[in-house]
Amino acid sequence: MRKMLLAVLSRVLQSPAAAAAAAGKPASRVMVASRNYADFANEATFEIKKCDLHRLEEGPSTTTVMTREEGLQYYKTMQSIRRMELKADQLYKQKIIRGFCHLYDGQEACCVGIEAAIKPTDHVITAYRVHGFTYTRGVPIREILTELTGRKGGCAKGKGGSMHMYTKNFYGGNGIVGAQVPLGAGIALACKYFGKNEICMALYGDGAANQGQIFETFNMAALWKLPCIFVCENNRYGMGTSVERAAASTDYYRRGDFIPGLRVDGMDVLCVREATKFAAEHCRSGKGPIVMELQTYRYHGHSMSDPGISYRTREEIQEVRSKSDPITLLKDRMVNNNLASIEELKDIDVAVRKEIEEAAQFATTDPEPPLEELCHHIYFNEPAFEVRGPNQWISYKSTS
Amino acid sequence: MAAAVAVLRHLAPLGPRLTRIPPHGCTGGRLLQHRRGLRLSAPAAIQVTVRDALNQALDEELERDERVFLLGEEVAQYDGAYKISRGLWKKYGDKRVIDTPISEMGFAGIAVGAAMAGLRPVCEFMTFNFSMQAIDQVINSAAKTCYMSAGLIGVPIVFRGPNGASAGVAAQHSQCFAAWYGHCPGLKVVSPWSAEDAKGLLKAAIRDDNPVVMLENELLYGVPFELSEQAQSKDFVIPIGKAKIERQGTHITLVSHSRLVGHCMEAASVLAKEGVECEDLPLTTWMLQLCVLPVQMFLCPMQKT
Repeated sequence: MRKMLLAVLSRVLQSPAAAAAAAGKPASRVMVASRNYADFANEATFEIKKCDLHRLEEGPSTTTVMTREEGLQYYKTMQSIRRMELKADQLYKQKIIRGFCHLYDGQEACCVGIEAAIKPTDHVITAYRVHGFTYTRGVPIREILTELTGRKGGCAKGKGGSMHMYTKNFYGGNGIVGAQVPLGAGIALACKYFGKNEICMALYGDGAANQGQIFETFNMAALWKLPCIFVCENNRYGMGTSVERAAASTDYYRRGDFIPGLRVDGMDVLCVREATKFAAEHCRSGKGPIVMELQTYRYHGHSMSDPGISYRTREEIQEVRSKSDPITLLKDRMVNNNLASIEELKDIDVAVRKEIEEAAQFATTDPEPPLEELCHHIYFNEPAFEVRGPNQWISYKSTS
Repeated sequence: MAAAVAVLRHLAPLGPRLTRIPPHGCTGGRLLQHRRGLRLSAPAAIQVTVRDALNQALDEELERDERVFLLGEEVAQYDGAYKISRGLWKKYGDKRVIDTPISEMGFAGIAVGAAMAGLRPVCEFMTFNFSMQAIDQVINSAAKTCYMSAGLIGVPIVFRGPNGASAGVAAQHSQCFAAWYGHCPGLKVVSPWSAEDAKGLLKAAIRDDNPVVMLENELLYGVPFELSEQAQSKDFVIPIGKAKIERQGTHITLVSHSRLVGHCMEAASVLAKEGVECEDLPLTTWMLQLCVLPVQMFLCPMQKT
């Protein structure tokens, strides 16, 4: 009863009059906040969608517990990714970002849910739509945006760009569609070799799912029982080709054939988290690889040169945004279960916007890498040597 | 062969010097003397085929570093399609010597991924013709990653196998990939001739933290060469990227790699009888990105001849 009252109170305080009053009276606003913190629930239990199973007797649990801290952290991370991608869109249109730019907005629940279920010592490799995972794997927003603008403060010193971002236990960022899947299985081979109970998440899209090398990899991963989770981020379109037009079988979770599979609602961060926990347990127990299909959606086109409406309708995009947006879904859950107030979440929004603005400011003003560094890092751990440029009168120094 | 000798005979008078220069000491003790009658090999040198030299190199490196492992088609229980890895599976087991299915693109990618995560794979292609199936992994995943990650991720992998002409195996199995791989920045390419070259370069390639493509030649596998006492040591490595003069001369420089070095040496012997001294310069290794190195390699002998 008391909880309901507080929930009502919280909503009343969101009204414009209250907001104006709160703005003019900082003392009372602080008081409201401290009252709210004391009276939020610590955690809540949620029902999540059942996963479709392939060659599995049981699947992930259909209920899960989320704590307040977890909820706030997921919210902040997803919101940060959303705003970062929108800022990248803006910078691209201003021609401050050039080259490729594949945006991840709409798919935030995938990377946040996965990261919530694995350890920092586990490994992740993905394709070219990489900004979300780069953030969840620990690279600060400022370094991501600076890498996008091609400046020397970027996480790859301006030499990688949108598609080639790396950090510890995160191997990019791979431009060749499907090539990252055998790489992921190789990383899993190393995990098994070293025996430290680590696993590898190898992600690919619905378009890449038709690549032959993925099936070669499935075969070897199953033969050698590699601790690899193959994750298909099915956002329904491979560039401009819908899944129905590209795949004879759109049940991507079954395409591992002899490898067990799960089909997961990729717009629900808790669903993704539970499924990933289940899959990680499967791998760590030595049962071999598993396939996970995340059904998700991207709001932007394939890349910045694609308006995204020639092969799908605006209505479809709007419908997903209004009914299945991952951030809205989480927000509603948290507010309805008294894990947070709308105001608190708005404060997080404001803080995130500020952080993104500052990062964008840095990314725009940081200098480009100097020309002398053009040929650095050709080799790894190599003494410095001279590299001939496009003609014999130009040479560059190459250091590692 | 005779035609080549005839051409060289015509070119010889253009050389500036006609007097013979007595052959002097070798570079790093690796030069073999081919002058008639005089053999300055080390006392404990033995005859070793290229196959056995490669086998020894693999054995020694597998023993030395636990992270090294070999994968490829038929490398384990078959003892290697060309018997290069004979005995290694029996000695080291399934973890270190891995038979793969016939999936070049898949297993090359797996090898590259393993290298990114800290292992040191040796990936064998049955011949380099089949490496074309996996060439995307060799170039885009292995060679370019260090540059694109600004030095964060190294790929310490060796791709090895027979390259180039064989005996009557037809076009699909006879291509030489030296020019293809040689043009890729980020890759080191080695192409040994003698048993000493093969052993020293394979060991250097495995110990190198970069992707190395080792182009062997099937017809050389059974050819015996002298392996000096120094080359028999477990720590014998040939540094990648340095020039090597196989035979000293003054009138003309012959540059080649792999099996053709043998032909050049024979041509040099034939011409020596006619008073033309050839300098043989095998391109055993070259580093890429339009390196200045090859220019320097050529300048010295060119100045002489």
